[in-house]
Amino acid sequence: MSAEMPAAPAPRSGALRRLTITEFILFRRERVGPVWGIGFPLLLLIIFGEIPSFRRPDQDLGGLTDLEVYVPILTAFVIAMLALNALPPVLAGYREKGILRRLRTTPVGPARVLAAQLVINLVAAAVTVVLILTVARLAFGVALPRQLAGFVLAALLAAAALMSIGLFIAAVVPGGRAAQAVGTILFFPMMFFAGLWLPIAQMPSVLRHLSHVTPLGAAVQALQDSAEGDWPQPVQLLTMVVYTVVFGLAAAKWFRWE
Amino acid sequence: MAAIIDVQHLRKSYADTVAVDDVSFAVSEGEIFGILGPNGAGKTTTVECVEGLRASSAGQIRVLGLDPRRDHVELTQRLGVQLQDSQLPERLRVAEALELYSSFYRAPADWRELIDRLGLADQAGTRFGKLSGGQRQRLSIALALVGNPRVAVFDELTTGLDPQARRDTWELIEGVRTQGVTIMLVTHFMAEAERLCDRVALIDAGRVVVLDTPAALVDRVGTGQRIRFRPSAPLDDELLTGLPDVTGVTRRGGVVMVTGNSNALNAVTALLARHRIAAEHLQLEQASLEDVFVALTSGIQSPRAER
Repeated sequence: MSAEMPAAPAPRSGALRRLTITEFILFRRERVGPVWGIGFPLLLLIIFGEIPSFRRPDQDLGGLTDLEVYVPILTAFVIAMLALNALPPVLAGYREKGILRRLRTTPVGPARVLAAQLVINLVAAAVTVVLILTVARLAFGVALPRQLAGFVLAALLAAAALMSIGLFIAAVVPGGRAAQAVGTILFFPMMFFAGLWLPIAQMPSVLRHLSHVTPLGAAVQALQDSAEGDWPQPVQLLTMVVYTVVFGLAAAKWFRWE
Repeated sequence: MAAIIDVQHLRKSYADTVAVDDVSFAVSEGEIFGILGPNGAGKTTTVECVEGLRASSAGQIRVLGLDPRRDHVELTQRLGVQLQDSQLPERLRVAEALELYSSFYRAPADWRELIDRLGLADQAGTRFGKLSGGQRQRLSIALALVGNPRVAVFDELTTGLDPQARRDTWELIEGVRTQGVTIMLVTHFMAEAERLCDRVALIDAGRVVVLDTPAALVDRVGTGQRIRFRPSAPLDDELLTGLPDVTGVTRRGGVVMVTGNSNALNAVTALLARHRIAAEHLQLEQASLEDVFVALTSGIQSPRAER
């Protein structure tokens, strides 16, 4: 019987494709990602873009327009919404419902579902950010990031930091509903420090300093600098790396398949 | 015939508890083998070790000649599994779930044919969240079979189903066996084991209490017969207790209940005929696996049969 056994067979590539397609179908059917992660930030951009005063340079913002300030903030919004509100409930729910456990009894295993979810949310974030930049450029005349490589790097690090936090949430909560609650509770203060309600430049200095040590505050600052043509400051990139490493390791330590 | 599943002196202990103390059994090809026992007896832990979901603390397990932990990936290709309380994403449709799971395997079954066989064709486009309990269980059977396994393990398959759905599920399981799949079935329903299983292992407190065919187990307990009837005319208890085959008589309302050995029914009906009394609403009860279960798991004299 053991003679016919191939050594450690890898799962068929068709399985990985089918898994990713299926997870994408489910991503579309869940409201959170498409509506709040993709549609809502685009809608916000269009609303802000239609406000004439948002397109005029503002002394308080160092001569930038409100819209130029908001493009990096909306970029952070997209990443945070997908990483904190779309990803954790799905993974924690899968564990709670025994879906990951069931997958452990198949040749594919549960780790690949996690990978598929990460890939889908990352791709959704990338596509949405590109859409935001394109709409801002074509409809409202906001220049594309002048330091494009810096912008891409900052966005990738922001995604890594936020996805690590999202995985950490999924690891420590008991189930899907709790993940949803924790994600939402974290989302609003984090978006506050990203400048969604009050641009970072206009914050009192205490809040501004606090903002710089939050993952989204660092992200928005790095994205903003890149948009204006400067290379992002190492301290902000490092801040995001630290969040990625700390929460990534913690998630790996505490995540259970069942 | 070589055992398809061979478990020898399985032990699984956690920091301060012993879930499985010492369990041994062997399942032959083509068999429906039942694991029975009260809640917390160690049934699910045992099958989880067989499936490779848990590492055993001691003992040896071979499934199709494979070690469930070391050869786990290969085993998953050949072992179909239905887990207790395992669900699917709410918004996943039946056909999508089967198409997904069939993509995992080297030589999958035709999932469209499976849907038909399990009576889910009308639900192919239905989301998991909208399925009834019976439909969910049928889907979980389909998913366990979609990889064309040689062995399938079903854990508490019919718990929570209504009687009709339960009976339908039993028929499906019999159909699966007819297709040549060896089946291990965990249950706490005695009727289910009696109906389906060729042999059962009764597990209590982490040990195999007894292992045999359902009929042999019933014989072993040997509680004889219980006869209930309503006599058409007054009947003196002493006439009944005077019969050598009768061991006891009790009355409740107008109903007489007689216990005795396997010849008791003959003796009682002959007696009634002699006195020209009719036995109305006559009922005969024989010992069932349920009696075995009660007798052997409640600490009463238990024959520690091992094979």
